[in-house]
Amino acid sequence: MRNVYVLGTGMIKFGRYPDKTVPELGGQAAILALKDAGIGIKDVEMFACGNLYQSNAMVGQRILQQIGQTGIPVINVSNACATGSTAFREAYMSVAAGMFDIAMAVGVEQMGKQGLLGGAGGGDPAYSTEGKVGSGLMPAVFGQAGIEHMRKYGTKLEHFAKISVKSHKHATKNPFSQYRNEVSLEDVMNARMVAFPNTLYMCCPTGDGAAAAILVSEDKLKQLAGGRKRPRVAASVLTSDPWTDRDLTLPDVSTLTRRASKLAYEKAGIGPKDIALTELHDCFATAELVHYENLGLCGDGEAGKFIDSGGGVHPSLGGHDPVNVSGGLLSKGHPLGATGVANICEVVWHLTQDDRAKDRLVPNAKAGQAHVIGLGSACTINILTI
Amino acid sequence: MAEQAQATDTGPRPIVPWLKLAPKPHLEGIKCACGAIYLDPKRVACSKCGETDKFKPLTLSDKGKVYVFSVVHQSFPGIKTPYVTAIIDLPEGISVRANLMDVDPEQAQKEPGKIFNLPVELVTGVAAKDREGHDVVAFSYRPSKN
Repeated sequence: MRNVYVLGTGMIKFGRYPDKTVPELGGQAAILALKDAGIGIKDVEMFACGNLYQSNAMVGQRILQQIGQTGIPVINVSNACATGSTAFREAYMSVAAGMFDIAMAVGVEQMGKQGLLGGAGGGDPAYSTEGKVGSGLMPAVFGQAGIEHMRKYGTKLEHFAKISVKSHKHATKNPFSQYRNEVSLEDVMNARMVAFPNTLYMCCPTGDGAAAAILVSEDKLKQLAGGRKRPRVAASVLTSDPWTDRDLTLPDVSTLTRRASKLAYEKAGIGPKDIALTELHDCFATAELVHYENLGLCGDGEAGKFIDSGGGVHPSLGGHDPVNVSGGLLSKGHPLGATGVANICEVVWHLTQDDRAKDRLVPNAKAGQAHVIGLGSACTINILTI
Repeated sequence: MAEQAQATDTGPRPIVPWLKLAPKPHLEGIKCACGAIYLDPKRVACSKCGETDKFKPLTLSDKGKVYVFSVVHQSFPGIKTPYVTAIIDLPEGISVRANLMDVDPEQAQKEPGKIFNLPVELVTGVAAKDREGHDVVAFSYRPSKN
């Protein structure tokens, strides 16, 4: 397999774009990434497009119909919340395998106003089990993931709430974030309960967004980078949920993350102590807490202690092992298909001291990781190094 | 013939096929020789071991213990909130998801520790009426009476 580098990145501010179409949003991010890379669409040899809610509607081709129909192979990817990061991995693989030298990945989503509750299926609604035979909706599923940690290790509600306070504080420094307001511990604890223990501020908002990345081979990097240092994709791992006792009843978001994490660290040849920043899948505050342990940022059962010692907090705020300095899904937003590419953009910007992250740069960042869970389940981890 | 018989049957129907209403309400699963248990009998193979033909029906106990729970405050239109949703571990070695009745949601949030391992028993009740006018019966759990 060949070395693959991220030559350019692009992202639009996450938020509401009711007057735009999905291909417009994706096209905007693609143009930004192409400009950042210093190339044009005619240079791109392969395109992987991640989008969930229009996954039957050829979003990738419709983006090219906005920015340049060059006839290249297009793959439309759908993998729940890991959609964007799986598209990134498809582009990565096509370059790593030697099929192409320049590939583009775009993640894009328009969420509308459905919220986290999602849509109901067809059939007679009398046989819908939701709310009658427990809840399979995301807030309850991830609420229970937090409660499981509470049961095992005595984790306190304050620990989950502190994660939300931290992420909101981080978001104030990120102009690409959907929300940029600070919240106090009291604000979080006293906010409307959505599904215990997650209050409103412990749930990610819904919104629209798009992000893009240009991946190139080493030869192309030398030709096109013009002396700029660009991060290497040191590991790009995808796992699905292996059989575990309760997985079919209570989705197990930990086992597949642990497996992906182990594989990613092995492939990259580094460990958690070498990671300068982590962007992880904080769809809910409870999810972030369990992933501290899943990604090896602290030991099993130590997430509470990790939080109390400033773990996850930006070094400029007195913390260590920074997590979601972008504001995370909790503040930055979670347009499903865009999320996985956007958190790779964030990691790239820190490694390259990019102006787009100038007010929140993690000092001396040589390695960073982006983790995504798509429930159902898929897990991606991309480790980038420079 | 089967269709006709169904059309004239006005009795209650279970909300999911693995809830059996007779002789008394209970859950019925299938168990693979490898030990894995599933509620839904419509299954191509065992997702733990991959075997296709090692399944036997298994009647599940109507008693279990709460593993974890959440209190749902926001749901679909028509669903009364807040309510407690829980993962119940059954003695056979399978977990099921259901509503937890007769537990005060506010109290559960205040003292979550008291819900863990709570012994519970299966109860059923009419949850809806379908388009053909049948009562649709759902199952839930409540703290064990004995």
